[in-house]
Amino acid sequence: MIAYLIRRLLYALPILIGVNVLTFALFFLVNTPDDMARLHLGVKRVTADAVAKWKTERGYDKPLFVNAGATGLGKVTETIFFDKSLAMFAFRFGASDDGRDIAHEIKTRMWPSLAIALPTFVIGLMVDISVALILIFFRRSYVEWSGVVLLVALMSVSGLFYIIGGQFLFAKVWQLAPISGYQPGFNASRFVWLPILIGVVGGVGAGARWYRTLFLEEAGKDYVRTARAKGLSEAAVLFRHILKNGMVPILTGAVAVFPLLFMGSLILESFFGIPGLGSYTIDAIGSQDFAIVRAIVFLGAALYIVGLILTDISYTLVDPRVRLS
Amino acid sequence: MRPVLFFLALFLSACSGPVNNPYPATERGQSIFYSAFTERPKHLDPARSYSANETPFTGQIYEPPLQYHYLKRPYQLVPLTALAVPKARYFDSAGHELPPAAPASAIAASVYEIHIRPGIRFQSHPAFARSGLGQPIYIPMPAAVLAKARAIPDFPEQGSRELTAADYVYQIKRLASPRLQSPIAGLMANYILGFDKLSETLALAGAKRRDWLDLRRFPLAGVEAVDRYTYRIKVKGKYPQFVYWLAMPFFAPLPWEADAFYNQPGMAERNLTLDGWPVGTGPYMLTVNEPNRQMRLERNPNFRGEPYPGEGDHGDAADGLLNDAGRSMPFVDAAVYSLETETIPYWNKFLQGYYDASGLGSDNFDQAVRTGAGGGVELTPEMTRKGIRLGTSVAASSFYMGFNMLDGIVGGLDEQHRKLRQAIAIAIDEEEYIAIFANGRGIPAQGPLPPGLFGYREGRLGINPVVYDWQGGKALRKPIEAARRLLAEAGYPDGRAAMTGRPLVLNFDTASRGPDDKARLDWLRKQFHKLNIELVIRSTDYNRFQDKMRDGTEQIFEWGWNADYPDPENFLFLLYGPNKKVGAGGENAANYQNPEFDRLFIQMKDMDNGPERQVAIDSMVGIVRDDAPWAFGFHPRNYGLRHRWLKNVKPNLMANNELKYLRIDAAARDAARAGWNRPDWLGPALVLALVALALLPAWFAYSRKQEASGR
Amino acid sequence: MRPVLLWTDGLIWLLVAGLIAFVWLVRRHEHLRVPWRKLASDPVAVAAAVVLLFFTAIAVSDSIHFRLALPAGAGGGTHYSPEVRSVLDVLSGPLAKQQEKSYSAPFACRLFTRETVTLADGRQVRIYPRLRYGGAHLDDPERQRTGDIMVRVGYGLVGGALAWLALWLGLRPWFGRAASGPTIRNTLLVLCLFSGFLVALGPYYHVLGTDKVGQDVLYATLKSVRTGVLIGALTTLVTLPLSIGLGVSAGYFGGRVDDAVQYLYTTLNAIPGVLLIAAAVLIMQTQLESHPGWFETGTERADLRLLFLCLILGMTSWTGLARLLRGETLKVRELDYVMAARAFGVSDIRILLRHILPNVQHIVLISVAMDFSGLVLAEAVLSYVGVGVDPTMPSFGNMINGARLELAREPAVWWQLASAFAFMFALVLAANLFADSVQDAMDPRSRRRA
Repeated sequence: MIAYLIRRLLYALPILIGVNVLTFALFFLVNTPDDMARLHLGVKRVTADAVAKWKTERGYDKPLFVNAGATGLGKVTETIFFDKSLAMFAFRFGASDDGRDIAHEIKTRMWPSLAIALPTFVIGLMVDISVALILIFFRRSYVEWSGVVLLVALMSVSGLFYIIGGQFLFAKVWQLAPISGYQPGFNASRFVWLPILIGVVGGVGAGARWYRTLFLEEAGKDYVRTARAKGLSEAAVLFRHILKNGMVPILTGAVAVFPLLFMGSLILESFFGIPGLGSYTIDAIGSQDFAIVRAIVFLGAALYIVGLILTDISYTLVDPRVRLS
Repeated sequence: MRPVLFFLALFLSACSGPVNNPYPATERGQSIFYSAFTERPKHLDPARSYSANETPFTGQIYEPPLQYHYLKRPYQLVPLTALAVPKARYFDSAGHELPPAAPASAIAASVYEIHIRPGIRFQSHPAFARSGLGQPIYIPMPAAVLAKARAIPDFPEQGSRELTAADYVYQIKRLASPRLQSPIAGLMANYILGFDKLSETLALAGAKRRDWLDLRRFPLAGVEAVDRYTYRIKVKGKYPQFVYWLAMPFFAPLPWEADAFYNQPGMAERNLTLDGWPVGTGPYMLTVNEPNRQMRLERNPNFRGEPYPGEGDHGDAADGLLNDAGRSMPFVDAAVYSLETETIPYWNKFLQGYYDASGLGSDNFDQAVRTGAGGGVELTPEMTRKGIRLGTSVAASSFYMGFNMLDGIVGGLDEQHRKLRQAIAIAIDEEEYIAIFANGRGIPAQGPLPPGLFGYREGRLGINPVVYDWQGGKALRKPIEAARRLLAEAGYPDGRAAMTGRPLVLNFDTASRGPDDKARLDWLRKQFHKLNIELVIRSTDYNRFQDKMRDGTEQIFEWGWNADYPDPENFLFLLYGPNKKVGAGGENAANYQNPEFDRLFIQMKDMDNGPERQVAIDSMVGIVRDDAPWAFGFHPRNYGLRHRWLKNVKPNLMANNELKYLRIDAAARDAARAGWNRPDWLGPALVLALVALALLPAWFAYSRKQEASGR
Repeated sequence: MRPVLLWTDGLIWLLVAGLIAFVWLVRRHEHLRVPWRKLASDPVAVAAAVVLLFFTAIAVSDSIHFRLALPAGAGGGTHYSPEVRSVLDVLSGPLAKQQEKSYSAPFACRLFTRETVTLADGRQVRIYPRLRYGGAHLDDPERQRTGDIMVRVGYGLVGGALAWLALWLGLRPWFGRAASGPTIRNTLLVLCLFSGFLVALGPYYHVLGTDKVGQDVLYATLKSVRTGVLIGALTTLVTLPLSIGLGVSAGYFGGRVDDAVQYLYTTLNAIPGVLLIAAAVLIMQTQLESHPGWFETGTERADLRLLFLCLILGMTSWTGLARLLRGETLKVRELDYVMAARAFGVSDIRILLRHILPNVQHIVLISVAMDFSGLVLAEAVLSYVGVGVDPTMPSFGNMINGARLELAREPAVWWQLASAFAFMFALVLAANLFADSVQDAMDPRSRRRA
């Protein structure tokens, strides 16, 4: 098991390197350090001198890959690539282009993101599964037919409409929640319930449909027919067999996305003024703070890989026949 | 079921009062001013802060020697920490003093001597903390303390000391420091004696080092502390506008202890910088700096107390603006600024009473304001019912559409190209623009100068004769036929080149891409279509746009300027040839250069306000109108709304230290909030009922099924 | 008149040609026809397909661009107007030209906002002025409007019904006796009545109101359809070669090729999609800026940007299909006749074309159908983040983004948001329903389903 984990981690390394090189190339092609400097120095009275100074201060004045001016190891280490890109493997994200510590920012912003993403995910999962089970229960009736159409309709609405509409109704018209903002600690509940509600409702179309297909597949299997032939009640079949066996792919799938919950939701957070990682990312794109975007990309990739490994592990836990080798 | 009920009870208890109150319940009834910021203030260091979104903080914390009078108009400088507004003394090149009326050409240097009030103390700050032996506790910083600190209030020991003239001198030296890249360093190098030399020295001394550079060791020839409470600034030549700079945070005092404290290794990594945690003598100090959520200013207990102004403009007494005359400021205990990136929540929270004041976006205009009988604006009945008040003022800023004078098609000072620009200037209907996009909140510009500045002319003499006619006591935009005629004379009859018949296509460069921009750009194309000119919108990101401006590859662009200080020089220098953007990197974005204009500018800039200066300004404005390097846009009129519980508000475009004047009636605010925010449970109940109704058929189907299987 | 072929025009025509060729291919091979026959017997699928075709027709008619010739000028030689127009512009007739000053509600005769007007006696009043075009033919709009609208709706419905009759008579020989005939007929009737309604009222009223600068919202919505359809369709078109090529070869050749392809798509998958797209879009802008020679007019510029956006979306979304294809190819490779073919030394290319591709084509079809709706929705989100299509280009995302602020007005300006919602919903719903049916019909796994 441990040997397997180590191998998996080693396998993840080239992927992370790939992500790293790719993003490095992307970001330094888009925006030369000169551009960044001018962007961050503001509009009024910017001189070429100030640009040079800004670059020096942020460490963008070095060559990209090879520093011919340095000696020995310095040829490689005294470069932007080494400084800005490789340091991330040690989770040293450095300072953003406007001088604040990215790692600290990520640590503090992670919690508001989780406060929304985690409940949305868990409640969403439960609601989606319940809806899917109800639809299966009423199989081949008009309930199923209209339910599926409703789900497809829900799925065809752009997520932006859920957010705009939800905020408009619940916060503005009915005054049941603060329109935007966040307070840490227990006070957070007042701010997060509406985004969570919107997240759950917005996801139910696609989610419940997907689980319905999974359950349908289960329901078509021989052992279910046997169980039914034995005279088990429909509810018993549903819960004891279909749900139980259907949960395997659902849970392993959930494990894969679980780490990514830390990243928060881009749009939801920025609409509701939640100071999480999602709004951090959007702001960074808007202000073209590439140091932050690079860090977030790297973090996302790392979490994705963690998800992959967790999925593998969860397979063995659920199904002892699967051997990690 | 139990845990659910328990959580419900907890939830309800947590939000007694309106359920949509975004602030903790403990803050109820307190004298706290609530406002918002839309973008994280990047620099709170007085040497670097230059953005409008930073002044709400820097203005309350730092105290430069001078300030603008809060109530009097036109804007007037009054002392803040100084004893009096300094008068310049003039000297010739030999060092002999000259009379005040001496010609500018004879003056080699002006000297400003500033006396500051004794007994002023800095806010509490760990930089001042000293042990019993008089040694600074946190310089050098003990590693164990630093490991636990994330904010300035985290430091257990704090201290303070008296403000001295040396602190002002120290800050001026910081402006010269190449490390800080002060935005006005280049400008000050032209004026303050020895400034550039200090810059060079500091660049050499600081090149190899990252730690604190004690600026006290480096002399600045033009600035010296005469005694504990007096310092002297020597300015090259005559520069009457210099006193205005003394009212900006750039010239606020900075204690060397703070500089030494923040420049220690490891501080910046923990976000402990002067940009995040300012140190000042002002009425407020920053106690919470969480730029992704909230900034909080609290009353500075060391503040000396300053009396509320005793006299104001005509009508101020009637408005209740003098009720607090002579009482010791500040009145508000704290100010909470919440991050609000979107306009909709900002406006709605204001209506719900959670912000005390709000600017007015064009989308909310019709809801809040309407034009009254006399043509002036007044609040809608809905707003009046809520007790909301309105304040208006014309901003000392100017928006314009610039033509790149280096461009082959729209540039050039010859007759033909000038006529093309004039034609476009007539075709762009600024009045309609103001009506649609600013809801009438602006006045069409007749020249580069906004109203309220010396040199601006009202009425018939003030109109731009190229674009407007004076008819019936009003300025009337010339008809589009006039523009078409000019266009034909420019060689493009009906929008097509007379020589080749090729249609005229112009490019508009912009960096905008917000939600409202498409409408604006569509409108702009519509204006050019009136002349049969096809306008191609070249929108790009901000960097590329700046690149283009710097390289001079843009053709037509939009730009604006906010006054640094209320003097016409601060606008006319935008058209001064040697300030060109291309090559010189200046602020003359249109790259306009007219020798006659430049000659007049040099004359005008050093003159004292008077008829002679007015004549020079008139002829300069006349030249610019004729050459039309800009199609003048408009001067925005600011409409500020505030709730009735916020007192002592008078819009002041130059002053940025308004917070200390404000007073809040917290009881009235709480009552209003409770009344305006009654939750509506009926709506969600209806939604729930609908969902239940939708599930009903399922229930019927279920019971039928049960029956069937039971049978 | 000079035709203008924009990049995306060319590609959409290529796509249409490809579809026709595909239909022709399917008709010739009986085994390929089976799932399609099944699809045609599903009324939901047929109705959705008709609606999708209707949207595609709008998009295609908006993809024939030209520039009108200007009257002969002084210098001789023909010159063309710099304004690029499309067939849809011509068909929508006066909609584009009837521009009001600012907001007006659907069917309104007056502006939505008050304006200060100087009366003849010099007094200034603030009133809701009459619109320049909407309801301009009425003398007393307050009293006449309802009646007038009713009459015109009547004309429109009758006209729509007549058009439907003609259309159906033309189509009957082909579909009249097919199982899907009634569904096609009924769906067409609904669409014809709807179009008739719009055609009858459009020239006289702003059926969906006007936006901030007074442009007709109906016109903007129609123009947005092209962007939506193109993003959905072209993106998959540009990704197909990549995902098929890489996915199939990874599965077929295995070994090093497989490792490389797997590495590539895992790496790309690991990067959060929106961020990758944002970065790529920013690069694209840089490239467009530094090559002003690539385009002559603003339209061409926006078009190029759309094309690049499709390419970028494609680059980041090919991985899903490639992975599916790889898995399926692994299975197909082990089939007896494929093994046999290899044993006989049939060339790899031949095996791929003859045996592998036909066996995995259903996966490609399902994936294309499923991705379409997701891409249309993605465009709106990207525009919100600021990395979507050109801001001057009409698109659902730009409409929503602009209309978001309008909801805060009091009274709220809801029609632009509602129009974008309705049209987008119709398009995505049709696409989703169609994709569902395609999956049911094509996926052998779902065929087993009870």
